[in-house]
Amino acid sequence: MKVFQAILGFWLTAVILCAFLFPIVPEITRWYEFPVIPGLEQKARILFFHVPLAWTSVVGFVVSVIFAIRYLRTKKLDDDIRSSSAAGLGLLFCALTTITGSIWAKFSWGSFWNWDPRETSIFVLLLIYGAYFALRSSVQEDDKKATLAAVYAIIAGVTMPFLMFVMPRIIASLHPDPIINTQGKVSMNGTMLTVFLSSLAGFTGLYFWIYSLTVRLARLEFKRSSEGE
Amino acid sequence: MKKGGFLGVTAAVFRKDTSSEIRTRYALNALFLFTVTTLSIILFSFQSSTVPVQVHAGLLWVLIFFAAMSGLSRTFITEEDRGTILLLKLSTISTPVYYGKLLFNVLLLIALTAILTVLYAMVLPGFIVLSVPTLCISLFLGTVGLASASTIIGALIAKANARGTLYPVLSFPIVLPLLLTVIRATTIAMEQEGWDAAMDEYRVLISYILAINAASYLVFEYIWKD
Repeated sequence: MKVFQAILGFWLTAVILCAFLFPIVPEITRWYEFPVIPGLEQKARILFFHVPLAWTSVVGFVVSVIFAIRYLRTKKLDDDIRSSSAAGLGLLFCALTTITGSIWAKFSWGSFWNWDPRETSIFVLLLIYGAYFALRSSVQEDDKKATLAAVYAIIAGVTMPFLMFVMPRIIASLHPDPIINTQGKVSMNGTMLTVFLSSLAGFTGLYFWIYSLTVRLARLEFKRSSEGE
Repeated sequence: MKKGGFLGVTAAVFRKDTSSEIRTRYALNALFLFTVTTLSIILFSFQSSTVPVQVHAGLLWVLIFFAAMSGLSRTFITEEDRGTILLLKLSTISTPVYYGKLLFNVLLLIALTAILTVLYAMVLPGFIVLSVPTLCISLFLGTVGLASASTIIGALIAKANARGTLYPVLSFPIVLPLLLTVIRATTIAMEQEGWDAAMDEYRVLISYILAINAASYLVFEYIWKD
């Protein structure tokens, strides 16, 4: 664990330094230079933070759904602790994605919120997380709470692909997107792609590190509350 | 399994819900009055001004969505409140109960949507439809999808506390993909002729219905047993 933390700290520091310090130039002559993306220029740097955050908020959702399915099979409360911790972290990353994206939108598109399909889908993910925790807080019994939350997570997981993959293809989007939207494709060079993928890996690592901490914390809290009874 | 098999139990649950609804007419009366109230608020706020077609399509679906939210959760909540759920659990198995209630909700919402759309078209002269088949198909698919999502969330909410407020909160993010698509389909029905103008939207709606029903089929047993 200690080694993992050290590597993660070093890795993310390197990614952040590269993302901020590497110059963006029209003609690439040296290995550490990023190409100019028309319409984005310096604003392209958000790519290294915003996209990994969005990615981790979806990872959090997927982890939550996986443990929700496992809970329904095993009925072990530990799986519910894992599922809800994953969702809690997902909510945090989802909020950060919305905030960073909205600030970027203000400077690129002129307003904080435009109901772009991607903005809609991240907003709905935020709503799902909110509804998930509202449902959890409305039930007192632990196992009933866990079952209802697991069922809701699974139903939400089934409808999520419609927002993530179907809606952006039907409705025209302004979003520059290196992965899904081919019209607004961002042309990256090798250096940029390397930093981007490293950032993606780094943020995923960060997610799983915080995730293991919150799971341990939630287990301890659960143990204390069940001993108190 | 008790006599009658899968379809028999489904039909029996459906008959039971229908006859208890016909006896009390609770949902029908409440939903009809809800529709009249909401429509009159829309009329008061519009006065005689003309609005773009997208607004009409959106408003119609806002009406249908909130009508569904106020009526469809009852099927499971009443079982829970009257304490009849234990009897139902003893005498049946889970899946047919779900399908019986789903069928009841789908038919209730289809009837309601039909009345609502006709009323809407009568009182708001700006609601002009170029392609009636497109409108009918999208209303039908949208209603079936909305009823499917509402039924499983209704089953979920019957087990929780603070049901009234939680129901739309839980349902909205689940049905939003459906609502966005069906509002587009309705707008197309008002702007273009030919039933196949909204083909992409039909495909999305049908796959949504299939996905939500497959998920409901898989998870309902866990809610029911609890």
